[in-house]
Amino acid sequence: MAEKAIEAKKKGQKKSSEDYTYVGMVFHRLTRHKLAMVGAFMLIFILLFVFAGPLIWRADPNAQIEGLGGMFNLPSRAHPMGTDDYGRDVLARMFFGGRISLFIGFISAISSTIVGAMVGLVAGYYGGWADNILMRFTDAMLSIPTFPLLIALASVLGKGVWQIILVIVFFGWMVDARLVRGLVLSLKEQEYVEAAHAIGASANRIMWRHLFPNTLAVLIVSTTIGIGGAIIYEASISFLGFGVQAPFASWGNMLQNAQQFIWNSPRLIIFPGLAIFLTVLGFNFFGDGLRDAIDPKLKL
Amino acid sequence: MDNREVLVDIKNLRTFFYTEDGVVPAVDGIDLTIHRGEVLGLVGESGCGKSVTALSILRLIPNPPGKIIGGEIFFHGEDLLKKNEEAMRMIRGDKISMIFQEPMTSLNPVYTIGNQISEAITLHQKIDDAEAKKRTIEMLHLVGIPEPERRFNQYPHEMSGGMRQRVMIAMALSSNPELLISDEATTALDVTIQAQILDLMRGLQKKLGMAILIITHNLAVVAEMAETIAIAYAGKIVESATAKEIFKSPRHPYTYGLLQSIPKFTERKTNEPLPAIEGMVPSPYHMPKGCRFNPRCPFATEKCREEEPEILELTPGHLVRCFHPIES
Repeated sequence: MAEKAIEAKKKGQKKSSEDYTYVGMVFHRLTRHKLAMVGAFMLIFILLFVFAGPLIWRADPNAQIEGLGGMFNLPSRAHPMGTDDYGRDVLARMFFGGRISLFIGFISAISSTIVGAMVGLVAGYYGGWADNILMRFTDAMLSIPTFPLLIALASVLGKGVWQIILVIVFFGWMVDARLVRGLVLSLKEQEYVEAAHAIGASANRIMWRHLFPNTLAVLIVSTTIGIGGAIIYEASISFLGFGVQAPFASWGNMLQNAQQFIWNSPRLIIFPGLAIFLTVLGFNFFGDGLRDAIDPKLKL
Repeated sequence: MDNREVLVDIKNLRTFFYTEDGVVPAVDGIDLTIHRGEVLGLVGESGCGKSVTALSILRLIPNPPGKIIGGEIFFHGEDLLKKNEEAMRMIRGDKISMIFQEPMTSLNPVYTIGNQISEAITLHQKIDDAEAKKRTIEMLHLVGIPEPERRFNQYPHEMSGGMRQRVMIAMALSSNPELLISDEATTALDVTIQAQILDLMRGLQKKLGMAILIITHNLAVVAEMAETIAIAYAGKIVESATAKEIFKSPRHPYTYGLLQSIPKFTERKTNEPLPAIEGMVPSPYHMPKGCRFNPRCPFATEKCREEEPEILELTPGHLVRCFHPIES
């Protein structure tokens, strides 16, 4: 990675190479990546919407307007996105549902990466039968049809935010495990790993101190893209009714709620659907850009 | 010949690699003795088992495919091959250190060099971070790195190859080892930097008094540094003697050939081709029968093709593995 950084530095950037750290170089390249910037702006917009929105639009997401007149209101001054079937303010539910969806997305993507990294490190570092057992288990996990088991798992674990995260991590760590294993297989042949052995470092120290940080660049990219995937997962689980439970909102369960009214009040499905779409697209654009920015062989 | 205490005594070391194409006897019965404070040069062509010998001493042979299948390595009279991994870790980097060929990749790119030297120190000494930093800066100063306080916080990619090799030396010497193994440590460097690093190692050896095992294919390197030289060929030691003896009167035809193939500016007539050793290093999968050097040896006889010679002490301290040693 260091050679790459030097190489990238040499590529005619105006500042003298001393001024750039690795992070600075990646950031600089990222700002020149158009798609990544589009993604970044989408994400900033979504984050502002979800976190700053409630400060401007102070409505209780769970308060119901009594009576028939409160239900299915079209967008108006009083309710910018209208009200839903219980007469709740949709905009407020979008804010709080978004917080839950993003929270689940972040936590489960990071947790899957950590679990995957551990499996990959151990498999790649030790090789042999440890590698065989762990990777065949990973293959087996990848070949399980996710949804039936997911429904079974969700019904065993119960319904709730932490249960969803657990389920997403359970099905989400395999790709990272393969990624890290592949990286470690080549990294462990590097001379600095041999040198670490030669100063008397233990296996654990070599794995976590010497190998793991060198996989971080790739893992950050994979986590970023993973957040988008986890949000979709959350939406799917909630859509099936096993996710975040009423009265609390998430973008996923708002979709689920809205499916019965799709013909009468399509906006109830459009708003959360669009929010999920934009968020996931934003994370994917940004993650792709980050991957390009980290790879110095690409000219940006 | 040498009255100093024996530090490392390698007896009949055999390290084989089990590959899909067959068994490679990388080291096949190497004997080597290193005395306290001695500088020993182990010289040979690529693939003759020099590096594998070094890695065997530290028990760092990658397994699979490699395995130490026989022999003994006594360090202070204790057999390293009988020690468990935990005990070996206590020895690595503390009593026996090693520096490697590629200074460009021997340091972890994600940590500052100060951090990495401190790691080597705190792994073996119970001292706090401030103390470790002080010692690290001392070490950087010792290996001739200017502005050690500033360099402490630099990353490997901010340094040149020569500087990095100095850092590696600092790291290797940080816990005052009794033996330093230098595995082609100067091979990847420019000739001028090579000379500087060799100077540095010689100076540090005088100052700190550790023994050094220099592994190289470059006779000029050992000529400058080593007191004793062992020549390895195809996994065996073929000749060992003091550096002076080796250069003055080589007895093994291989050593003789090696010395002949060094260009000499003074003696050579113009237009005369540089003598080279005929043929190639034998394939490790098909070692020749008898003496392993016989297919390339100008003096080979029927006996050489049938029987393997034992290593014999021809004159005191001068060991040769040959039926027909060259007269001195």
